Amino acid sequence: MAGASGLGTGPGAAGGDGDDSLYPIAVLIDELRNEDVQLRLNSIKKLSTIALALGVERTRSELLPFLTDTIYDEDEVLLALAEQLGNFTGLVGGPDFAHCLLPPLENLATVEETVVRDKAVESLRQISQEHTPVALEAYFVPLVKRLASGDWFTSRTSACSLFSVCYPRASNAVKAEIRQQFRSLCSDDTPMVRRAAASKLGEFAKVLELDSVKSEIVPLFTNLASDEQDSVRLLAVEACVSIAQLLSQDDLETLVMPTLRQAVEDKSWRVRYMVADKFSELQKAMGPKITLNDLIPAFQNLLKDCEAEVRAAAAHKVKELGENLPIEDRETIIMNQILPYIKELVSDTNPHVKSALASVIMGLSTILGKENTIEHLLPLFLAQLKDECPEVRLNIISNLDCVNEVIGIRQLSQSLLPAIVELAEDAKWRVRLAIIEYMPLLAGQLGVEFFDEKLNSLCMAWLVDHVYAIREAATNNLMKLVQKFGTEWAQNTIVPKVLVMANDPNYLHRMTTLFCINALSEACGQEITTKQMLPIVLKMAGDQVANVRFNVAKSLQKIGPILDTNALQGEVKPVLQKLGQDEDMDVKYFAQEAISVVAQRLRKLDFPVKDSGEPSVPRADKNHFPRPRVPGEDTGKGPVYQLHGDTRDTLAQLEIAELVHFSQSRD
Amino acid sequence: CCCGRELFSWRLHSDIISTVEFNYSGDLLATGDKGGRVVIFQREQENKSRPHSRGEYNVYSTFQSHEPEFDYLKSLEIEEKINKIRWLPQQNAAHFLLSTNDKTIKLWKISERDKRAEGYNLKDEDGRLRDPFRITALRVPILKPMDLMVEASPRRIFANAHTYHINSISVNSDHETYLSADDLRINLWHLEITDRSFNIVDIKPANMEELTEVITAAEFHPHQCNVFVYSSSKGTIRLCDMRSSALCDRHSKFFEEPEDPSSRSFFSEIISSISDVKFSHSGRYMMTRDYLSVKVWDLNMESRPVETHQVHEYLRSKLCSLYENDCIFDKFECCWNGSDSAIMTGSYNNFFRMFDRDTRRDVTLEASRESSKPRASLKPRKVCTGGKRKKDEISVDSLDFNKKILHTAWHPADNVIAVAATNNLYIFQDKIN
Repeated sequence: MAGASGLGTGPGAAGGDGDDSLYPIAVLIDELRNEDVQLRLNSIKKLSTIALALGVERTRSELLPFLTDTIYDEDEVLLALAEQLGNFTGLVGGPDFAHCLLPPLENLATVEETVVRDKAVESLRQISQEHTPVALEAYFVPLVKRLASGDWFTSRTSACSLFSVCYPRASNAVKAEIRQQFRSLCSDDTPMVRRAAASKLGEFAKVLELDSVKSEIVPLFTNLASDEQDSVRLLAVEACVSIAQLLSQDDLETLVMPTLRQAVEDKSWRVRYMVADKFSELQKAMGPKITLNDLIPAFQNLLKDCEAEVRAAAAHKVKELGENLPIEDRETIIMNQILPYIKELVSDTNPHVKSALASVIMGLSTILGKENTIEHLLPLFLAQLKDECPEVRLNIISNLDCVNEVIGIRQLSQSLLPAIVELAEDAKWRVRLAIIEYMPLLAGQLGVEFFDEKLNSLCMAWLVDHVYAIREAATNNLMKLVQKFGTEWAQNTIVPKVLVMANDPNYLHRMTTLFCINALSEACGQEITTKQMLPIVLKMAGDQVANVRFNVAKSLQKIGPILDTNALQGEVKPVLQKLGQDEDMDVKYFAQEAISVVAQRLRKLDFPVKDSGEPSVPRADKNHFPRPRVPGEDTGKGPVYQLHGDTRDTLAQLEIAELVHFSQSRD
Repeated sequence: CCCGRELFSWRLHSDIISTVEFNYSGDLLATGDKGGRVVIFQREQENKSRPHSRGEYNVYSTFQSHEPEFDYLKSLEIEEKINKIRWLPQQNAAHFLLSTNDKTIKLWKISERDKRAEGYNLKDEDGRLRDPFRITALRVPILKPMDLMVEASPRRIFANAHTYHINSISVNSDHETYLSADDLRINLWHLEITDRSFNIVDIKPANMEELTEVITAAEFHPHQCNVFVYSSSKGTIRLCDMRSSALCDRHSKFFEEPEDPSSRSFFSEIISSISDVKFSHSGRYMMTRDYLSVKVWDLNMESRPVETHQVHEYLRSKLCSLYENDCIFDKFECCWNGSDSAIMTGSYNNFFRMFDRDTRRDVTLEASRESSKPRASLKPRKVCTGGKRKKDEISVDSLDFNKKILHTAWHPADNVIAVAATNNLYIFQDKIN
């Protein structure tokens, strides 16, 4: 029989007569080609177990050849295989045999799926370190050469990532060959390969001798940076950062800057976008002198670029640019050279640009200090708070804390209020949701009087919003406000308003009362909960809508721990027992669940429990049942999935639906 | 060029063909049909024992690309008909193509398998289960050769990005992006990302009542990854440069031929609508097809085409009846030969036209079973426009408008053409001497 000869050859191989320890391994091996992907995946993930059982020799002579040819499989199986093989050196007999792992990984490095290829390359890089210098030249370098000269571009792209790991340990002759190969890939016919080479250029430069960097990498960089395809040119910008780190200031000026200057003025906006996007890295790599002489003027150009995407990317970097400037010059440079451009951007035609700026502009106040902020930035903030685009206003409001530290929020309060009110009533519920989340922060900074006077009514209005997510957020908001302003404030201003809603004709609003009580009870404490909230909850147990009734049961369970035993025993339990007999099965279920929790608590408090009602029957958790979805307000407007470029509609996402227990609601 | 030379053909298909496309090497030919099916033909390698088999295309793989669907939100049926197929440049041993219906684009992988694993631990050779307690040794499966199997597997589905019907897809020369165009918008996709696409052209007016023009076709430049063109129902072509801006609502070139006031009629606007636009392989020219003619434009001259070839000028007097039977809205495609020296496009009565750009000669050929028996030569056909009909001529009135050739393809290197005549696919090539 096949396999009998290999029996017991490896240390892990089990010996002799029908050893039942072989059975699980036999199953694993057979499942390597099971019809079911999950089983195959499972087997591949336990490849080390299989290899251990087979022993190193059979792993090398039988398992690896088999795996080498299994590249037909699903991506997820191949991905797992590529990952496993990276840690396989020990299982094939240690570093002396690491090269046995190369054939399967070589195949995996040519598949079309990028994730698989990348993983195979990652494993190859790992294994390269385990090769002895001799084995590296005997096996690994030839593999890289094969990939680099492969017919298909998938193999050549994979090769690009492997040069840098074999270069440092190769002999001088081989080093020259490797450089030659990398050079030829940089001018490959297919843009895919040139892109792969461009993206690895920086990494490769780091392992080269400085002379080679200057004589070989820089020309390659210059070429790639003027490639006919802008998809290649833009990657050269990234390489620029890594190369710049290796060169002296003088070399930078002569070798790199001409190319970078060209990139700043590239005809393609995507290349200029990359410069803007990588600006902070470039700034650090080039050092302060070049920054002052070249990068700041370049940045000014990017801030007034004709393409909105570029302006937005540059606007995003305004704060980082300031932070990376030498401390002594910061203020002057920003005030004189950057601020005039920022002022223009505040009234940009593109909302995307304005909101990018709004997300970072507040950060400048710490750099510029109190006086400059009041004189120069404050007018901008105020203008942005009145911007027609809600995202701009929102971004300003969400970063208020930066300004607060420098000049205090009061300076802004007059303009803040209209902005907040408008956002609070925005037609897009996501915008409303975002502003709710900043309410506790605003409340803390504006103080309780201002809040009561201006913002309290907004917070209450959100409770009856027609979108569930808003009502839910409004509930949590109340809890946070109570934590900030204290129970007395809650008792006077919040609780009465919440409790009034218990009589609302809309059952959704009645449920909101319950949700608020759930959220507030802990913050409000026993007295308010028992005296003001509990009676309302108990009264609602007779509601005609089943959803309200089972939420009563849930609320009682939730506030139970806060109540004293008398209330629990005398008031809560009878109501729950009544709900436990409800005709609606969901109400019954939640009531029984609540009874058992309450009973437990009573037991803990040593209260004699006589009649604990029906024991709760264990069943599937109700909360995990899918409930019918009711579309939210905005879903009807146009195709939900309509996708646009960033500038057109960043809020074009699926508006979330509301969850309602449908089957038994009767109003 | 094929013109005038002898060609032979064979018939291979059964459903109404909606698109035909050679891959980059020309060794594979894909067709899509109304039933959502994709059929791929492979060119046989030259075989010394059977000299006639040179270049014969045989079925390589058949698969169902799209199924009929229903959009419940809009109460719309989505047909499974394949509108376009585009091959990707070959990246490894497998082949990849994009196929699209009105709404959804799919990326397919067509790969070969010729090895099979053998040997189980828990089963013996006959497939009988072994007693698990009597396993004394582990077996690792061994790969054995088997008959070649061709598999088509869906790799990616690009859905939910088009409100209107997709009329074009085009793969970019950067090998990583492609565009898809519907009546009013063009989207840019990354081939590896399915949940996001960028809208680069949007001509939808704020008020749909002001709609005067729709996008009819779009294509990327064969070499310059930043350039694409789209044609409109008004007979114009816009060339856009993606370098200048992320949104290409503003074109960089606008190709339009001034209308000849003398030939103006009720149908002028309808027949000037462009049904197809194709860049030449060189990237210097582009060709557009309208109802009666095919035009070649130099990308450097926007004011008028450098060549205009009449496809079936004799129909100009028939436009009224062609309007009544809706034929006037037929969307004829056009294609270049490998060296850009000849162009081909379809007509009615199973006729198709070829124009030699160097010699200015043109020919009308017919794709039909009667006139093109396997390995027989194709005879040029003539349509009689005057009063007297000569022998071998066919009168305009007896043309069959149900037999239309909308889709044709030309091999990228050789003189091999594929012609879809409703439910038949004809492949013609130079006769072997």
